[in-house]
Amino acid sequence: MKNFFRISLLLAIFLGFQFNSKAAEKVEYLKTDWSFKGPFGKFDRAALQRGYQVYQEVCSSCHSMKYLSYRNLVEEGGPEFSVEQAKAIAASFEVKDGPNADGEMFMRPGKLSDKFVMPYENEKAAQAANGGAYPPDMTVLVKARGGGVDYIYSLLQGYEDPPAGVILDDGVYYNKFMYGNKIKMSNQLSDGLVEYSDGTSASVEQMSKDVTTFLMWTAEPHLETRHKMGFKAIVYLIILTVLVYFSMKRIWSRIETKI
Amino acid sequence: MSEHEYTPKSNVGKWFNDRLPLLTLANHLTDYPTPKNLNYWWTFGGILTFCLITQIVTGLVLAMHYIAHADMAFQSVEHIMRDVNYGWLIRYIHANGASMFFLAVYIHIFRSLFYGSYKSPREVIWIIGIIIYLLMMAAAFLGYVLPWGQMSFWGATVITNLFSAIPLVGEGIVTWLWGGYSVDNPTLTRFFTLHYLIPFLILGLVVLHIWALHVPGNNNPIGIDIKKPSKDTVPFHPYIVIKDGFALLMFMIVFAFFVFYTPNILGHADNYIEANPLVTPAHIVPEWYLLPFYAILRSVPDKLLGVIAMLSAILILAALPWLDTSKIRSAVFRPLYKQFYWILVADVLILGYVGAMPAEGLYLLIARIATAYYFLHFLVVLPVLGFKERTTPVPLSITEPILGGSPNLAAVKKKDSFKDQ
Repeated sequence: MKNFFRISLLLAIFLGFQFNSKAAEKVEYLKTDWSFKGPFGKFDRAALQRGYQVYQEVCSSCHSMKYLSYRNLVEEGGPEFSVEQAKAIAASFEVKDGPNADGEMFMRPGKLSDKFVMPYENEKAAQAANGGAYPPDMTVLVKARGGGVDYIYSLLQGYEDPPAGVILDDGVYYNKFMYGNKIKMSNQLSDGLVEYSDGTSASVEQMSKDVTTFLMWTAEPHLETRHKMGFKAIVYLIILTVLVYFSMKRIWSRIETKI
Repeated sequence: MSEHEYTPKSNVGKWFNDRLPLLTLANHLTDYPTPKNLNYWWTFGGILTFCLITQIVTGLVLAMHYIAHADMAFQSVEHIMRDVNYGWLIRYIHANGASMFFLAVYIHIFRSLFYGSYKSPREVIWIIGIIIYLLMMAAAFLGYVLPWGQMSFWGATVITNLFSAIPLVGEGIVTWLWGGYSVDNPTLTRFFTLHYLIPFLILGLVVLHIWALHVPGNNNPIGIDIKKPSKDTVPFHPYIVIKDGFALLMFMIVFAFFVFYTPNILGHADNYIEANPLVTPAHIVPEWYLLPFYAILRSVPDKLLGVIAMLSAILILAALPWLDTSKIRSAVFRPLYKQFYWILVADVLILGYVGAMPAEGLYLLIARIATAYYFLHFLVVLPVLGFKERTTPVPLSITEPILGGSPNLAAVKKKDSFKDQ
């Protein structure tokens, strides 16, 4: 058994190195309680629905969500809108389809099976409309940033007047959490910007938290299943390990050797 | 190999075994006499076999859904993560499985270094092992390119560009590797093909690795030659099977923790940004398991010499059985070597750490010192140590660790007999 401690120590060192090399580039982000953190973490359904609303009313005019379909809004482990609600959401968008029998492209209302409608035709159009900066697709954005959810949450609340001596070009804004502090997206959130139907007060902090929760779900739609399955798998493995340990003791007791 | 002739009991078994001795093989594998004092560091061979099979099986499923095309690869990976049934599970096992595979292989290699398992008569096992390790690195690198994220693309660009350091033909070779004038779709498709091929080459080499192991039999923690079968050995089944199984389960718990609770911690965030040839990431870093070699590469100011240093760092391992001049295998009886061994472990960990940091200032200085020491260990310390070191008494057998009287005689005798050869 002594060796197990050695092996665990080695693992600990190895993990320590990993965390260390990540910690080196970390800024102090704003902290909040995320319901989805930890081995039993789950999404807060209401926060996901509110987050979708913020995304829809604020972000989606520039940021695409190209790997998400309207049907995902109904699925278990997500915002879990009812099928009617999701159908209504989908139908509120015009989707380009075709070609039809005449060889023409045509517009029709969205269906559950459609992917989220993109705000721009293509990346070039997105750049042209945003002063040359491409608003990144948001589907896996949380996983594509070193700081993850804390980073996005902080960034949304990180707008400040630039400190003396920092000169910003036109269309560039100061954000204390942005890499290099210069960002081409202006401050998007202000208190009361959206009206939540569940009566939650739409403070900047609340909206940031809701939309970040939503983005965590879009990046990891199976997070809840993963956590649940992980718990079962690890409990199963631990029980099996204990059983095998005692079988091993039994078998090795036939010869006089310590293991 | 087998000490005794095996005959199947049933007539059908006999008939079949005369034509294809599979049952003899199975009998050899279960009866295979194994030193009974093997500790848990020896369980990583079995764990590695498990890792290889896991990678092959999950990889097979991923390949059914993945699209090797520059415009669709990233999207197809997201498709696997979202829409394929349990695709996220398969992909996270595969991605973290690569890390687990390397974790296990590093423990396996360092176990061999500690107990002198690479020494005569096990040089061929060792060299096959080094080839497997090289192929693993190739497979891991190629696999990391397939999701076609930013780190995939730029990692591929950096690594393939290393070939341009070759004088005269370098540039031509790089173009040939790329199948064009930059990393692009032809590069991706060939990388996918090779990534699919290499695991099967590894599988073949693993068979040879085990075959070569079964000729002299396992080394053991005290590193002495043992009689087989004898009081010092136990049959592989059930003794070693159950012990390997227990260790494997412990390993799987760690593995499961990564897969289910921190599946992305060992990867780089930039790889969730689709590859963009026009935007270079701030820091291009390889996966953690390649970092020590990356540090060696960057510590040499000249590109060609850097590549040579990096390759030598791996290939020097193949010469290890001849660089280590000591006839005593296990570090248990080599007080000085034991210390140098742990310095080497620390050195490699330091190289790994600075490999993740920007190559400048203090980090670069540390990388250079650590690189120099790495080579010093193999080229100077090991050869000299074999002649200078006073080893402690080696026991005659496992069951009788220290005989009454003078156990030292055995060691001395052994040394002398080696010198006579």
